[in-house]
Amino acid sequence: MREKIEAAAARYPDQRSAIMPALLIAQKEYGYLPGPVLEEVADILGVERIWVYELATFYTLFHTAPVGRFHLQLCDNVSCMLRRSEDLLGHLEAVLGIERGGTTPDGLFTLSTVECLGACEMAPVMQVGDDYLGNLDIARIDALLDRLRAAAEQATDADLAAAGSAGK
Amino acid sequence: MFEPVLLRNMEVPDGHLLATYEAGGGYQALAKALREHTPDEIIDLVKQSNLRGRGGAGFPTGMKWSFVPKRAGKPKYLCCNADEGEPGTFKDRLIMERDPHQLIEGMAISAYAIGAETAYVYIRGEYVLAIRRLEQAIAEAHAKGYLGTRILGSDFSFVVHIHCGAGAYICGEETAMLDSLEGKRAQPRLKPPFPAVEGLYASPTVINNVETLACVPHIVARGPGWFRGIGPEGSPGPKLYCLSGQVLKPGLYELPMGIPLRELVEDHAGGPPPGRKIKAVIPGGVSAPLIPERGLDVRMDFDSLAAAGSMLGSAGVIVIDDSTCMVKVATRIIEFFHHESCGKCTPCREGLNWVVKVLRRVEAGQGTPGDLEQLEALCKGIFGNTFCALGDGAAMGLRAALAHFEHEFVAHIKERRCPFH
Ligand SMILES: Cc1cc2nc3c(=O)[nH]c(=O)nc-3n(C[C@H](O)[C@H](O)[C@H](O)COP(=O)(O)O)c2cc1C
Ligand code: SF4
Ligand code: FES
Repeated sequence: MREKIEAAAARYPDQRSAIMPALLIAQKEYGYLPGPVLEEVADILGVERIWVYELATFYTLFHTAPVGRFHLQLCDNVSCMLRRSEDLLGHLEAVLGIERGGTTPDGLFTLSTVECLGACEMAPVMQVGDDYLGNLDIARIDALLDRLRAAAEQATDADLAAAGSAGK
Repeated sequence: MFEPVLLRNMEVPDGHLLATYEAGGGYQALAKALREHTPDEIIDLVKQSNLRGRGGAGFPTGMKWSFVPKRAGKPKYLCCNADEGEPGTFKDRLIMERDPHQLIEGMAISAYAIGAETAYVYIRGEYVLAIRRLEQAIAEAHAKGYLGTRILGSDFSFVVHIHCGAGAYICGEETAMLDSLEGKRAQPRLKPPFPAVEGLYASPTVINNVETLACVPHIVARGPGWFRGIGPEGSPGPKLYCLSGQVLKPGLYELPMGIPLRELVEDHAGGPPPGRKIKAVIPGGVSAPLIPERGLDVRMDFDSLAAAGSMLGSAGVIVIDDSTCMVKVATRIIEFFHHESCGKCTPCREGLNWVVKVLRRVEAGQGTPGDLEQLEALCKGIFGNTFCALGDGAAMGLRAALAHFEHEFVAHIKERRCPFH
């Protein structure tokens, strides 16, 4: 992580600018950003810790609490709303047994609603990890959940151990 | 027939690769600029083209560039605004995913014009594919000598870095973007000083939208007369329109500036679903006041839409049909602005909080007869009194909904329910 952060920092004349890229790197590494990780970032960059805290709590893509293995981020802004993202949210809440913002007890899924993903041409849209899934309907959502569950089962014990220890 | 230029590689397989871009004449405008023109001449060409910024405000690009002091004694910066947070807008994402070299070439020419050797592309973190494609394209351009030191044998050196955002709409506001780039919370700065004089790291900085920069190679290659020959005199050029919502063919369309909104929605985007009628259209992302059906003959350019009481904004055209509750739409829009308020100034931070509460109440059928006056009063308190245009956009949007669809608000309050449920 240190090397990646240092490489990112080299792009800026001021180390403070590298806090955001560093937090993105750290979050990829640990899954989320607990206090000790924020402090580590501050130490690597040699910047004030408060500056790092400030950013970690301002921007919505940074998570200071753990999220599930798969983060389902459903857009419910206007263009998606007009194409019934609400029904999809209701369906997801029902089949996962959680409310928006919640994580399933097995830690597999976190369900969130987000502001416009900038992909309104394929509304309703959801972001899962790095991928955008558009033109969603209930059948597609069910297929996606099956796929993700299967992927989770296929993961090796080593993967699961790594995922489980992330952030500790 | 209008010939698309910005989207010409959209459907081409491997349109994002350098080889494809070069095969279509890519980077020849950069070569021409470096070989045949001084930086001042490029600024002049862009001024003559009358290119106006595609990020929302429509400020003339050549004029913005000419504000950069010639001798500043400091490095100059170019920032590409690829934050694209305006709901209803997705044009910049598609340029970066499918034709990133067009942007890079535009940035190189623009940087040459203003004398910048470093650029940052501020791109929203959600755009993972666009980020990957742009990274790849930057590496390819470097390897081929279109970026780096002494580009194409000239004295001009230029590098492009990507800076990923982390999910805050306000980062699209240019001065908030600068604070964010400096590693601070994204909050707008007081102007003046304008970024052209004192921007990133207190150095002269030009901030331009992705689509604006993508227009630049075409202006250099085809000449400013070509650009001015498209669309209306006051805001010419090819334009990307993002169509979404309750319309049969949502998608990205390249058409001349000044195309009638009705033609765009009904002919190009296929109109509303069968059996439905259009009720209203938001022409420029949710910051732009909506236009009721009877107003759809307005032309899609900066001046015509302003005259009609709305804005071209980001050209994020959202179509709303007659199955939709306008109170719900207005509530969702204000919820967005409330969520994204950076909190720096009171009218926006507190005003929008209050507006959201009233609107939710009205929508749920629990509104009271005084609520509409209450909303008007709140809009009055917000509009013109906020630090940046986010608060204004919210107030203008709500005012338009109240003005054109007052009967729906009234029905919610009188019937104590949503008539659409
Ligand atoms: C709240 C707010 C959000 C904005 N978001 C964006 C954006 O996502 N992309 C963009 O290019 N401009 C956005 N703008 C406009 C920029 O401040 C700026 O005018 C623009 O990037 C300048 O580039 P241009 O001259 O090429 O249009 C936003 C403005 C405000 C007030
Ligand atoms: S208007 Fe809203 S977003 Fe803009 S500075 Fe004020 S609080 Fe921040
Ligand atoms: S409104 Fe959902 S992606 Fe834009």
